[in-house]
Amino acid sequence: MSGSAVPEVKVGHELIADDAATAATEFVEALEAPATRMVEVDSHTINFGPQHPAAHGVLRLILEMKGEAVERADPHIGLLHRGTEKLIEYKTYLQALPYFDRLDYVSPMCMEHSFALATERLLGIQVPERAMYIRVLFAEITRILNHLLNVTTYVLDLGATTPPLWGFEQREHLLEFYEAVSGSHYHANYFRPGGVAKDLPAGLEQRIATWRKSFPLFLADLKRLVDGNRIFKQRTVDIAIMSAEQCFAWGFSGPNLRASGCAWDLRKSQPYDVYDRMDFDVPVGRHGDCYDRYLVRVLEMEQSLRIIDQCLEQMKPGPIKLQDNKITPPKRAEMKRSMEALIHHFKLYTEGYHVPAGATYTVTEAPKGEFGVYLVADGTNRPYRCKIRAPGYAHLQAMEVLTKGHMLADAVSVIGSLDIVFGEIDR
Amino acid sequence: MAEPSTESLPVAAQAAAPLAAIVPTDLKALGESIAAAVPGGIVVSHEVALGELTVTVRREGLIEAMTVLRDSPAFACEQCMDICGVDWPDRAERFEVVYNLLSLTHNHRIRVVTSTDESTPVPSVHGIWPAASWYERETWDMYGVVFSGQPDLRRILTDYGFEGHPLRKDFPLTGYVEVRYDEERKQVVYEPVQLTQDFRSFDFLSPWEAMTTLPGDEKAHRTQPEPQK
Repeated sequence: MSGSAVPEVKVGHELIADDAATAATEFVEALEAPATRMVEVDSHTINFGPQHPAAHGVLRLILEMKGEAVERADPHIGLLHRGTEKLIEYKTYLQALPYFDRLDYVSPMCMEHSFALATERLLGIQVPERAMYIRVLFAEITRILNHLLNVTTYVLDLGATTPPLWGFEQREHLLEFYEAVSGSHYHANYFRPGGVAKDLPAGLEQRIATWRKSFPLFLADLKRLVDGNRIFKQRTVDIAIMSAEQCFAWGFSGPNLRASGCAWDLRKSQPYDVYDRMDFDVPVGRHGDCYDRYLVRVLEMEQSLRIIDQCLEQMKPGPIKLQDNKITPPKRAEMKRSMEALIHHFKLYTEGYHVPAGATYTVTEAPKGEFGVYLVADGTNRPYRCKIRAPGYAHLQAMEVLTKGHMLADAVSVIGSLDIVFGEIDR
Repeated sequence: MAEPSTESLPVAAQAAAPLAAIVPTDLKALGESIAAAVPGGIVVSHEVALGELTVTVRREGLIEAMTVLRDSPAFACEQCMDICGVDWPDRAERFEVVYNLLSLTHNHRIRVVTSTDESTPVPSVHGIWPAASWYERETWDMYGVVFSGQPDLRRILTDYGFEGHPLRKDFPLTGYVEVRYDEERKQVVYEPVQLTQDFRSFDFLSPWEAMTTLPGDEKAHRTQPEPQK
């Protein structure tokens, strides 16, 4: 750059006109030699994170830059590794469940869902209808919970402050529903093998229905604020485009896959619980860029509302867990009078139940994508092996393909658009 | 729970319907066609259990089998969703490497299993699915399974400079080292793990009424279905 700047230096204006040209030439020649001292800043490496707010947790990203363009991105993960899979091997099936809340901590119940379904499949049990409706209802509430956090903090990463403030208010309403059913805002431990822990408290269905009526207004506000925003579009449109084929190769799933034009949703294609009775659409993107990934999530929230409506409408009173005290605990009131119930309770919370030997890879459509649990049972009361397949793990791996040739600031856009949460990636 | 149990019966029968939707194709026939399509001797066995197809292949022919599974239109496994290891210390080849494949075209899942020991490498499939790289790194990190042809076989989840493979069954749950910040040396130091109380592992397996049949109880348990081995 300075090579082209040199001839433009006005050196002659204070000299006599005749000498000006010679002086200028001499001056340029004198400058030519120092020009070889130019520092080659072509390739350098920068360390992004692990304490960077836009890294969405503890991501350490080693970026090899060529000027301001990313040459190579190497994510270093594992800073939040807690050995969940190892710990689960030392716990009973019931004790293993709370670990799942702590994986993707912005969508806890969806994590429990896969494990509960996997255990049920190994046990060969069917849960009561009401339990399935409650699970689907809360899986969709969780989806909105997750997308609200992702979409709004994504916009925050790109410079807007208002959407997160609005979005977190809505999240608070949803977390109150969590608290109403499970007693906790985040670590719910609510979906259990055999059903759910407790029935919905009185009046909760009404509260959800009321909130549901007010939510579209918020969504409309959010869309009006962000969708057409000039700065937001400048930062996201045509950034990090993934074709459907690339998505397959890199193991993409969920909204990130759908943004690339592939209408693949496990709730439709491999339905579990009562998703086969639900009527909803699968939003699909066209370009597979960051903007589409954002749009798909916003549209999915609208579809989740439709599913919530249908759950509330179709849900009937009934048992919320399997009526088999070998697997689900008896009622506390029964324990006060029945010796058998007391023994069952004691046995369940010490020994747990035995799961017949076998292996299953059970998947659910978690808000971030395909969340799978590969569960191997050996006939005892503890899982022999529990591999957790987190969608974010595959998405983060593609960082290099996604960011190659883009600017450093685009790396921030890409991370936000992938919906990365380190609880599930590092496990 | 107060409801009579008869009421929950039709519910269960009704709910059994979606399970059929989960298994769209005849998996047994699919397994047989895989065995026929993959060149001789590579597919050791195939079985359908719990509505899932498991194909066991020989390690040497893994790449060949995987290429067929991805490229043949009859199987069309576009995605490799997961690769993981399982440790069976009693077996001659103690590690199982499990590949969970997904076909979006046919909406089926195929599980491919192969086995290895501590030193024999498994061919890497990152050339077939680039997504395999991190899963293979993780399997190496957790179990010490070596993948040949994998150019980037670094540890991934454990600490820099970690020793051992934590998900092996002979690796203790508490690990060997712990870290703390040393105020005097102004740095994080690694020390052998010190437990203030021994790690307690309770044996809750009931000697009376477990699913396993104890010696001498064979007759008593004959009426019950045998647990699957």
